[in-house]
Amino acid sequence: MSAKPKIAVHKFSSCDGCQLAFLNLGETLLELPKLVDIVHFAEAGPMDEDQPVDVALVEGSVNTEHDLERIQRIRKNSRYLISIGACATSGGLQALRNMADADAWEKAIYAAPEHLDSLDTATPIAAHVRVDLALWGCPVNSRQVLSALRDLLFGVAPREETRPLCMECKRLGKVCTLVTQQAPCLGPVTQAGCGALCPSMGRACYACYGPSEQVNDRSLGRRFEGFGLLPVEVARRFHFINNAAPAFKAAGDRYRGEG
Amino acid sequence: MDKGHEQRDIRIEVPVLARVEGEGALELDIQSGQISNVKLRIFEPPRFFEKFVEKHTCDDVIDMVARICGICPVAYQMSAAQAFESLFGIDPGQWVRDMRRVMYCGEWLQSHALHIHLLAAPDFLGFGSALEMAAKYPDEVRRGLMLQTLGNDLIALFGARSVHPVGLRVGGFYRAPSSAAVDAIRARLEQALPQAEALITWCASLDLPDDRQGFISVGLRHPQEYGIYSGNVVSDNGLDIDVADWDDHFREIHIPHSTALHAELDGEPYLVGPLARLNINLDRLPADTIEVLQRTGIAFPSNNMFHSMLARAVEIHMAVLEAISLLDGYREPERAWVDWQPKAGVAIGASEAPRGILWHRYDVDAGGHVTSARIVPPTSQNQGRIEQDIVQSLQAFGLDHDDDALRLRAETVIRNYDPCISCATHFLTLKVNRS
Repeated sequence: MSAKPKIAVHKFSSCDGCQLAFLNLGETLLELPKLVDIVHFAEAGPMDEDQPVDVALVEGSVNTEHDLERIQRIRKNSRYLISIGACATSGGLQALRNMADADAWEKAIYAAPEHLDSLDTATPIAAHVRVDLALWGCPVNSRQVLSALRDLLFGVAPREETRPLCMECKRLGKVCTLVTQQAPCLGPVTQAGCGALCPSMGRACYACYGPSEQVNDRSLGRRFEGFGLLPVEVARRFHFINNAAPAFKAAGDRYRGEG
Repeated sequence: MDKGHEQRDIRIEVPVLARVEGEGALELDIQSGQISNVKLRIFEPPRFFEKFVEKHTCDDVIDMVARICGICPVAYQMSAAQAFESLFGIDPGQWVRDMRRVMYCGEWLQSHALHIHLLAAPDFLGFGSALEMAAKYPDEVRRGLMLQTLGNDLIALFGARSVHPVGLRVGGFYRAPSSAAVDAIRARLEQALPQAEALITWCASLDLPDDRQGFISVGLRHPQEYGIYSGNVVSDNGLDIDVADWDDHFREIHIPHSTALHAELDGEPYLVGPLARLNINLDRLPADTIEVLQRTGIAFPSNNMFHSMLARAVEIHMAVLEAISLLDGYREPERAWVDWQPKAGVAIGASEAPRGILWHRYDVDAGGHVTSARIVPPTSQNQGRIEQDIVQSLQAFGLDHDDDALRLRAETVIRNYDPCISCATHFLTLKVNRS
């Protein structure tokens, strides 16, 4: 192995927005090759998908038969695998297709659920291979990606974020939209890490950073209903960017059942 | 290799195209010295976005359609917002209009700078990537990354982040930026102006192939402004229609080798994007930009497809000037949006994404929920033109070149369009077979 650790950036079905955590680095991008060897990153140029690497960063969700085979190969060639962003980590907004199929099935009297091919779904990387670190966010930001890489270069395990956004939002001194506007803010159940962007714009968080450690969706859902949201509208808050994250999926399903 | 043997049979396959957004591949067959098959294969799986937005509120849709593309989320948000506002009869006012235009300039800046420096230029200077290129052209690459960062920061000024920004809503913005933040970025824009000027000169000095082709240029044209945020759909062969009349002239067709839909204007392939836009908006450029462009000695309108990169540089200069002028005398409004009531009907909107016209159509119910959606992104419109261009370019280049040279030329042609495959594959009709 070379002195410099090797990294690869792989893309599955996605909007390409999480790779921009690298490509939008500005001049810092030029510093990166001093620290690591980038052996595969199709959008940036280097193409060597099958070379063994120390760290693989994977964007996007698994949607095709070819994806299934490719993610196994990538796992085998990677010492440490990081899923970057909502699509790779929970299936992302794209995982709504799993529910769109279900909707169609509900409406169609004779359709049978067993006809739903598993590849008719968009699934996260961790549904197929071991993921060593999951970075949430739609999109992830450069700070998250670089600090994980930096930790690994120092030989320490990156720490996963588990705190809710409310902690970050309060620390930054933002005005609470839930309290002051009666806005259906998902901050109490969403992972910190974005910098409380939506509250800073005076709007409710829509949970693009995925569920925090403890999701008290019943209590929060009751509060939303108190603001006048119908159960189906509460369901849609949970079934949004990270609709397939287990905690949000369950919460949304429950409210959908009530609708 | 075997130069001079024109009659050989060649098959060139590029299984994954490097330095494009999304996953595409190229298939090219040459038999008896003739190109017998060329396919830009787009195999990124369909992403069903039009289906996802159904039943969602218009404001949700603005956050959802952004996710079609990480590189041009602002364009998706702008086309959608304008579609809904036009249906609901909302006029968000001059401040909102101007500031949206500034935010859009930010997206053009970052997307064009990214394409020129990280995706396209390495082709013309003989490098595999911008990182390799940076060793020999450090100042040029740094200048490009500076302009890209400036564009990203301009988007974040209004949207808190540059990828999937959170600032836009139906009726305006969630929050107006502070005067202090605007002053800071305006100063940076002014500092960047000489750099943007140097970029035009640099792009014009590159040794680009002279590959003239016949094609139809299509873009938005506005009575006063360079076509960015709004305008009529105009072509250089006489079309001039309201965006609402799109379906009378444009048609999407499904081609088996692609998960993206191709598009035709009155039965013909056509070009959208920087070169097409510049060709039909030349008289809408600021005087300073025209002057810099004239000094290059390169005449527009141009039918050399490889002038697309120069067109991007010209649009970067225009965008910097436009943002400076619109932010001049900036004042925070009391509120950054206007209130509105939903209305049932058909919502149609279009704007110029960095890669070309992005057209949206939504059916909306009386409660303001979307019941069906159709989105026509730029890359699927360009797909027919790209395949046509590969054939013409390779013939002009000479099919007697060796396989590697032919492959590189074909890839260069494709990258020149800055195809965004994530956008192009946002949709394929969802079919449910019921027995």
